[in-house]
Amino acid sequence: MRDLMFVEAAREGLAEEMARDPRIFVIGEGIGARGGNFNTTTGLFERYGPMRLRDAPIAERGFTALCTGAAAAGARPVVDFMFIDFLSDAFGDLFNQTAKLQWMSGGRIKMPIVLRGCVGVWPGNGAHHSGNYYPFFVHIPGFRVVVPTTPADAKGLLKTALRCDDPVLFLEHKGVLTLRGPVPDGEHLVPFGQAAVRRSGKDLTIFAIAFMVHRALEAAEILAQEGIEAEVIDPRTLAPLDIETVLASVHKTGRLLVVDEDFAPCGMAAEVAVQVMERGFDDLDAPVRRLTGLPVPAPYSPALFEPVTPGAMAIALAARELLAE
Amino acid sequence: MAEDATDFVPGQLAVDEWLALYRTMLLIRRTEERLVKLYAAGKIVGACHTYIGEEAVAAGVCAHLRPDDVVFSTHRGHGHALAKGVPPHEIIAELLGRATGCSGGRGGSMHLFKPEIGFMGSSGIVGPSITLAAGGGYAAKLLGSDRVSVAFFGDGAVNNGAFHEGLTMAAAWDLPVLFVCENNLYATEVPFAEVSRNPSVADRGRAYGMPGVEVDGNDVLAVHAAAGEAIARARAGQGPTLLECKTYRTRAHAEGMRDIGYRSPQEVAAWRERCPIQRFQQVLSAAGVAADALEALDAEVRSLVEEAAAFAEASPWPEPSTVTRYVYSQE
Repeated sequence: MRDLMFVEAAREGLAEEMARDPRIFVIGEGIGARGGNFNTTTGLFERYGPMRLRDAPIAERGFTALCTGAAAAGARPVVDFMFIDFLSDAFGDLFNQTAKLQWMSGGRIKMPIVLRGCVGVWPGNGAHHSGNYYPFFVHIPGFRVVVPTTPADAKGLLKTALRCDDPVLFLEHKGVLTLRGPVPDGEHLVPFGQAAVRRSGKDLTIFAIAFMVHRALEAAEILAQEGIEAEVIDPRTLAPLDIETVLASVHKTGRLLVVDEDFAPCGMAAEVAVQVMERGFDDLDAPVRRLTGLPVPAPYSPALFEPVTPGAMAIALAARELLAE
Repeated sequence: MAEDATDFVPGQLAVDEWLALYRTMLLIRRTEERLVKLYAAGKIVGACHTYIGEEAVAAGVCAHLRPDDVVFSTHRGHGHALAKGVPPHEIIAELLGRATGCSGGRGGSMHLFKPEIGFMGSSGIVGPSITLAAGGGYAAKLLGSDRVSVAFFGDGAVNNGAFHEGLTMAAAWDLPVLFVCENNLYATEVPFAEVSRNPSVADRGRAYGMPGVEVDGNDVLAVHAAAGEAIARARAGQGPTLLECKTYRTRAHAEGMRDIGYRSPQEVAAWRERCPIQRFQQVLSAAGVAADALEALDAEVRSLVEEAAAFAEASPWPEPSTVTRYVYSQE
């Protein structure tokens, strides 16, 4: 075990897979000699050169579709899009081509493409650099959606993504990029569709997404001081979604709080709530509770920012209310 | 047939290559004539955009391609598929929604696939064939092969952002791609001239730093020669080419649609006179190819298409439970 920063661990995973598979190439703005806005590719250009570390023009639609064509023709592209907001010009081709080519071709075309970059509402980032947007991709058949929260998972899930023949959205919340944590030595792969129970508890289940896992763990500390034992579940991947782990937890606790900084309507929190209602209704002692971000574009001013996403205190409050029902 | 026919025609093509081009055009025409009838009979359950009048483009370009070269096609893609080698049986069956269709009945006319021979799909969205083909070129270069990638698209796609982004990147990185614009003068029913101040597509090549070549898209030898040069350049690592083929679809945008209000019957009639198949037939006759030989070829193609249609109509429907397969790779 070593102690690595999230971005270092992810980069180690990318470097290992690039060494293993010459079909992998990365494309994005400033990911060549510069090493990426978030140091996603630092040191790799010197090793692999421009064909595998391709600095792109600001043409997200174009290079995402280019990578889709390249994946169909035998390459294994990584689109390093920096902020998911920048990917929005490519949504049409992602939904119509990237997600559908395998199905349309009856499985004869494979689509091994990884789309990685930042998501999340973050101080000072404003309305055009704070998108989450993962529900769009979870909604469309064909995508895998990964939301890593620890350095070990950053490496292990990215390596799995790079070996996957499906299009994978690998979404790195800005709140986790600089976190440090233990990363196993040697080969380390984390499978998709296996949630992690980050903290065990018997009183209620908190299902939290991406950076909200860390906020939920803070809230669980606060609750523990009051004698409330919260179980915190990190789904790790939203598609596939490991609902079994959630159901098993709810069977034990009888109460579910879903924490998602993204918007509530048609979002992940609604999806998790309804799946638990469909399959775990008899285990529920209270209605599933959602705690989500405010349905507004992300503001810039610190004064406006504070109420937009759930903090640890808000999560603890929601947990207490849920336990009182 | 005159063995020395080449003596009569300028150019380097041998007579069997001419006949192959002629046969490809005939195969496209006869297959689509059959599709038109099947559509009229209510047997085609979705859209059917014919390529009638534009056959010289697909035939002239695809004659240079190997099975491992990739082609990304359009909503008007039957001709590209046939010229790339997809059997008419599988195309007709696909439009009838049958299990034996080249996409197993999943797609119909606008989603024809046969990646085994490099036919990477027709498409219901205008534009992405350009950027996807740039990616096909990127993969070829990354993997160190001399494969080439071809994008077919119409004049309508030229005004879509995909054209700008795709050509920009293909040129910047010397990708082995041929961008084939089939300029049939109308984007669906909107005249290209009304939405483009510059009427030349080939001219735009210069803006991206790649050769732009304009040819008479109804002259199969002209298309064949220009495409051959461009594909040879691409294979040699000398980058992409934009090839504008001026052509015309003589039927409506899609079967069952009104073909009035945006172009005159006189214009359509004038282009029918320029039928690429008839024109090439005259060239072949003038070169000394016997009329009997051309008729025999047509008879062979007609019989193949009839057999293909019978095969398609007798084919089973896809198994309903298979509809969920292949959304993901491991299914």
